[in-house]
Amino acid sequence: MHNYNLTHLEQLESEAIFILRETAAQFERPGLLFSGGKDSIVMAHLAAKAFSPAKIPFPFVHVDTGHNFPETIAFRDQFVKDYGVNLIIGLVQDSIDQGTAVEESGPNASRNALQSVTLLETIEKEGFDACLGGGRRDEEKARAKERFFSHRDAFGQWDPKNQRPELWNLFNGRKAPGENFRIFPLSNWTEMDVWQYAKIENIELPNLYFSHSREVVDRNGSLLAVSEFVSPRENESPIEEVVRFRTIGDATCTGAVKSNASSIEEVINEVAASRVTERGSRADDRRSEAAMEDRKKQGYF
Amino acid sequence: MTEQTNYLDMDLLRFTTAGSVDDGKSTLIGRLFHDTKAIFEDQLEAIEKSSKQRGDKNINLALLTDGLRAEREQGITIDVAYRYFATPKRKFIIADTPGHIQYTRNMVTGASTANLALILVDARNGVVEQTRRHTFIADLLGIKHVAVCINKMDLVDYSEDAYEKVLRQYTDFASRLENVTDLTFIPISALKGDNVVDRSESMPWYKGPPLLYHLENVYVGSDSNHVDSRFPVQWVIRPHSDEHHDFRGFSGRVSGGVFKTGDEVTILPSGFSTKISKILKGEKEIEEAFHPLSVTMLLEDEIDVSRGDMIVKPNNQPKISQDLDAFICWFSGTKKLTKGSKFIFRHTTKEAQVIVSEIRHKVDVNSLRKQEDAECFDMNDIGRISLRVSQPVFHDTYRRNRNTGSFILVDPFTNETLAAGMLR
Ligand SMILES: Nc1nc2c(ncn2[C@@H]2O[C@H](COP(=O)(O)OP(=O)(O)OP(=O)(O)O)[C@@H](O)[C@H]2O)c(=O)[nH]1
Ligand SMILES: [Mg+2]
Repeated sequence: MHNYNLTHLEQLESEAIFILRETAAQFERPGLLFSGGKDSIVMAHLAAKAFSPAKIPFPFVHVDTGHNFPETIAFRDQFVKDYGVNLIIGLVQDSIDQGTAVEESGPNASRNALQSVTLLETIEKEGFDACLGGGRRDEEKARAKERFFSHRDAFGQWDPKNQRPELWNLFNGRKAPGENFRIFPLSNWTEMDVWQYAKIENIELPNLYFSHSREVVDRNGSLLAVSEFVSPRENESPIEEVVRFRTIGDATCTGAVKSNASSIEEVINEVAASRVTERGSRADDRRSEAAMEDRKKQGYF
Repeated sequence: MTEQTNYLDMDLLRFTTAGSVDDGKSTLIGRLFHDTKAIFEDQLEAIEKSSKQRGDKNINLALLTDGLRAEREQGITIDVAYRYFATPKRKFIIADTPGHIQYTRNMVTGASTANLALILVDARNGVVEQTRRHTFIADLLGIKHVAVCINKMDLVDYSEDAYEKVLRQYTDFASRLENVTDLTFIPISALKGDNVVDRSESMPWYKGPPLLYHLENVYVGSDSNHVDSRFPVQWVIRPHSDEHHDFRGFSGRVSGGVFKTGDEVTILPSGFSTKISKILKGEKEIEEAFHPLSVTMLLEDEIDVSRGDMIVKPNNQPKISQDLDAFICWFSGTKKLTKGSKFIFRHTTKEAQVIVSEIRHKVDVNSLRKQEDAECFDMNDIGRISLRVSQPVFHDTYRRNRNTGSFILVDPFTNETLAAGMLR
């Protein structure tokens, strides 16, 4: 007799593919938010599987703060070429130039929050009615509360107190004109699941995720990479460290961690032993207790 | 390397918390994480900091799952939090749901995908209406395993009598349920940690295992149906490329049974029969597909098949009807359901119009008695209705198959999800 059991990774894979296809079926113009980070890479890989041998039936969207690691952009461009999809770029700089977003000032200024403005403008300009995101519920306490199909009103806002019930595998993507959805196929994945999956599927990831030597400054406990966007302040002295990134976002707020893990296997061992969450190194979440929830309410990913 | 192979082979248990407001659900989940060292240092630090700021005496472990601002303000859970953790024995997906009656819909959301329910009861108050409501909903949803955690034992001097009293109350109620077959009772203190991960020293009279041991070891057979083959078509793949010029694949998730290459299949509603020529999982060809795999099927003959159709076996077909008999949980606080109400009906990959042809009865969650004279459904009402759908629905009873036996009702004007339904 046969064993009709799936491993939990196979279950997660099937669930994510189901959500991706449901998105294609229920919406007229979805887009896949592609940041070049590991979650969006895994999501893109799953999208390729979901529609194979056809092409992924929606464009990729990158909301670009302009403060990227050069490796991220190179990886993004190659990736999009390999998968043969369209890439739509929303530039935070454009929002700033138009005056719809105002650059933060002060010592901890970051363009991270401005991404929401640019994202909403890109959604409106391109007419997207659904945006697929690589967010996972294990990342953060407000995300832990979010549905797979997360409804946004005409202002792009999330109303966490009034989410639609989401039962079984039945997803209600109905909406009024002007409203849209954020959809998270990786909701039930953990950081460990993403790495284990990348390993068994041989998914190529940017080398920022693996240990390398780099000049950093220690700012409020985050190791920020010294770059054209982050320069050492008076009281800071840059140091050379062997580091890797657990998440990749805006270079001004994504901290590196000291690490010697240079292969997927080593990263997996490191993740298994880690005592802090991956967002523990992100300055954007540490701004206040409900930082993520507040950003999400305003239309953040 | 054995550790990683284990990780990949690990068995998955999905459970939900349930029970009345303030009975300690979120505290229990926090305790479970805390005592298994599954809380990360930065999370713990953040929780300690906000506990202190709020003036809580102890560290408030409920803050691990109560992540929304409004929840922290009021000290209650509003929406489900999903949490993940693994021990060397099992991997767990946890839904921590709200006990507040106003948010029953979110409890149903969390419970709809669970195999086991942890029902918390405050040892001082015993079984209350919301305990019964949640128990009844868990039963309706087909959850077979229930672990009743009689909580706050520290507030009743860890008394065996207090425990026994609640146990009898609960057993009495549960004897009227249909689906729950495995009922376990554990006296705990979520606040102090008694019998959560470690055995309590204050309750030597309790001979059973602590909660975590139970969760790690309880045998939960697969809830998949491997008998009735059902494949609701979700999406049609047509590459429109020279290389795959004639390719036409039907994608979806197997909702029951097994499909193999070469199997004879019938397409509903057209009734045409053909054979499966190929099954793809991603770009890889596989020999057979079963629940809950997402696959793409290729058929031998050119037949018209589209989203909402269902691929089945000729000798084992689902029920096909426009008239349905169902149990529903009504969620909306602003809309009511009455005879003649019209909604959008969502079932598998199909969407149709539906009209309520009859209200059969509502159920009083305290006594589980039928109220035959009910005229409308209000927020949190549960009961049985008849529906007429604008087109035939290919379905099974919910008891036989959760995937082809469940549906939701959606408001055609506001697009809100109004009710969850289980077909009879
Ligand atoms: N003394 C004592 N207090 C407890 C225990 N468990 C929980 N509490 C307290 O009971 C209160 C409510 O606990 P929660 O965990 O928020 O209750 P809940 O069931 O999650 O509540 P909702 O999610 O809003 O339904 C808090 O003040 C807890 O500290 C216990 O075992 N003993
Ligand atoms: Mg709670």
